[in-house]
Amino acid sequence: MTWARIVAWRLAFAVPLLLAVTFGMFALAKASPFDPVRQYLGERAMVTSPEILAEIRANWGLDEPLIQQYVTWLGNLLTGDLGESRSLRLPVAQVIGERLGWTLLVVACALGVMLAAGLVLGTLAAWRRDSWVDRLITGTAFTNEAAPVFWVGLLAIWVFSVTLGWLPAGGLTDAASATVTLPDLARHLVLPVAVLAFSQSSWLLLFVRESVIGVLREDFVTGARARGLRERTVLVRHALRSALLPFITIMGARVPELVTGAILVESVFSWPGVAGTTIKAALAVDFPLLAALTLLATVAVVVGNLVADLAYTVADPRVRVLGVS
Amino acid sequence: MESATTQTTGSAREARGRRGGRYRLAFATLAVLVAAVVVVPLIVQLDQQLVDLRAAGLPPSPAHPFGTDEVGRDVLVRSIYGLRVSLLIGLVAAVAGVTVGGLVGLVAGAVGGIADRLLMRVVDGFNSLPHLLFGIFIVALFAPSATAVVVSVAVTHWTTAARIVRSEVLSLRGRPFVDAAISGGSSRFRIVVRHFLPNLAPQLLLATVLMVPHAIWHETALSFLGLGLPAHLASLGNMINDGQRSLLAGDWWSSLFPGLLILVPTLAVSGVAQYVRDRANPRWRSELVL
Repeated sequence: MTWARIVAWRLAFAVPLLLAVTFGMFALAKASPFDPVRQYLGERAMVTSPEILAEIRANWGLDEPLIQQYVTWLGNLLTGDLGESRSLRLPVAQVIGERLGWTLLVVACALGVMLAAGLVLGTLAAWRRDSWVDRLITGTAFTNEAAPVFWVGLLAIWVFSVTLGWLPAGGLTDAASATVTLPDLARHLVLPVAVLAFSQSSWLLLFVRESVIGVLREDFVTGARARGLRERTVLVRHALRSALLPFITIMGARVPELVTGAILVESVFSWPGVAGTTIKAALAVDFPLLAALTLLATVAVVVGNLVADLAYTVADPRVRVLGVS
Repeated sequence: MESATTQTTGSAREARGRRGGRYRLAFATLAVLVAAVVVVPLIVQLDQQLVDLRAAGLPPSPAHPFGTDEVGRDVLVRSIYGLRVSLLIGLVAAVAGVTVGGLVGLVAGAVGGIADRLLMRVVDGFNSLPHLLFGIFIVALFAPSATAVVVSVAVTHWTTAARIVRSEVLSLRGRPFVDAAISGGSSRFRIVVRHFLPNLAPQLLLATVLMVPHAIWHETALSFLGLGLPAHLASLGNMINDGQRSLLAGDWWSSLFPGLLILVPTLAVSGVAQYVRDRANPRWRSELVL
C-alpha cells in the first residue's frame, strides 16, 4: 500500500519534471544562434546549393513552430524513435544502446567501492574520533571534496600509468587488440572506477562519521556497552545500523553528482560510455543526441530518488507499518 | 570529578585553538591569493602569444617556480592570470545566482500560499538536474564564452540561495518586530525592504562566498572539457586541458599547479565560511566545543 503511494507520488512529480526539462531543451535549441544544418554539413555547407539546405531544414522540421517540433519529438520518443545523431550519423537509440552498458559497469563498480570504503573509513573515524587516524581520514576527505575530479584523474594517470606503468591511461582495451577480453577490460577499469569512487566517497565518509558520532552518544549504545557486548558488535550492529537510515535518502539525492562525476571521469579516461559521449555531442552541437542523453540523465535522477524512497521503507519498519514518512 | 572538569576545558581550549589556527590560515591564504591576483598582473605582462620553444617543458626551477608548459610559457604567471579569470567569473556567477535565488526565496517566503508551493516545486525540479550536464547543454547551444559560463552556473545554482532565504523569511515573519510593523500599518514592500532584507544580509553574504568555489569548479570543468572559455585564454581549466598532453610525456607540473590553484582557494573559502558561521551562531560554537 505504502509502496504504491510512494511510486504514485514520485510519478506525479516526475512526469511534469520530464516534460518541463525536455520542453526547456527545445526552447533553448530554438533560441540558439547556431544553424544546425551548417553545423551538420561543415565545410560542405559552402558548396551545397541553397535548395538542398532548405530541403534538409524542412526534413528536420527546423522552421516549424517550437510546439510543433516538440510534439513531433515527443510522439517519436513514445514510439521508441529517438531520432538520428547528426555527428555520428547513427540512430540515437543505437548510440546509446552500444554505450550505456559501459557507463553502467563503471558506475556500478564505483558505487560498490565507494560504499565499502565510505562505511568502513567513516565508522573508523567516528570510533577513533580526534585521533590521528580520524584527522588523517577527515582531512583527506575535506581536501578531496575541494579537488576537481578531472584533476584527480589526471594525477592518477600520471602516478599509475606514466610514472609506475602499472595501469593503462585510458580506453576500453589495448589499442592493438580488436576484441574485449576480461583481464584486459579489468585492467582498464581500475583507474576510472577508483577515481570515480574516490571523488564520490568523501561526502559519504564524512556523513557516516557525523552520523555514527551522533548515535554513539545515544542511550541504547551505552546500554549495549553496559551489557558487556563486544565493541565491534556495538559499533556495527547497533551504532552503524541506525546511523545509516538517513543515508539512504541522501544517496538517492546524490545521483546528479554521480552523473557529473561519470561525465568527467569518462572524458579523462576516454571511456566509451554514454556520459563521455555527452561531451562529444555538445562539442558537435548534435541536438538529437544531446537531448536524448540529457533526458536519460534526468530519468536516472528520478529513478534514483524513487529507489531511495522504496529502500527506506524496507530499511525502516516504522515507515512501512505506520506509514510515517 | 575535579580532574575530569579540567580535562574537558583543557581539550575544549585546545580544540578552539586548533580551529582558530585553521581560520587564520584560511584567511591568510585567501589574502595572499587575492593579493597575487591583483598585484602580479601589474608587474608581469602576460603576452598570450609568447611562445619560447627553447624554454619548452622545463621542470620547476628558481627561474620558473611552476615550470614551463609545452610551448615555453611560464606556468606560475599563467596560473595566476588563470586564477584571476576564474575568481572573476566565479564572483560574477555567484552574485548572479544569489540575486536570482534570493528574489525567488523572498517572494516564496513573503507571499506564501500557492506561489510558495509552486516556486519550491521549481526549485526541486532544478535540483534534480545534473548541474554540469545542464551547463554543458547551455554552453553547447550558445557559443562557448565567459557569458555562457556565468549564465549556466547562475541558472543551475540559484536554488540553494532560494531555499536559505525562504526559510529565513518564514522564521522572520513570526518575529514580534514584524508583527509590530504590520500593525503599525507598514506596506508589504516596506516590510520586505526595511525588515527582511537587513536581517537576510549575513545569510546572503555567506551564500555568495560559498557559491564562489562552486562557480569556479564549474568554470574550470567546462573549460577543461573544451566547452568553457576560448582555448587561447589563460584559465585554470584550459591550462589543465593543455597540460593533459605533456602529462602523458611525464611533465606533471603543467597540470598539477593549476589544479592546486583550484583546490587551495576552495579550501580557504570553506575555512572562512566556517568562521563566519561560527561567529554568527555562538550557541552552535559552544555545542561544538562540548
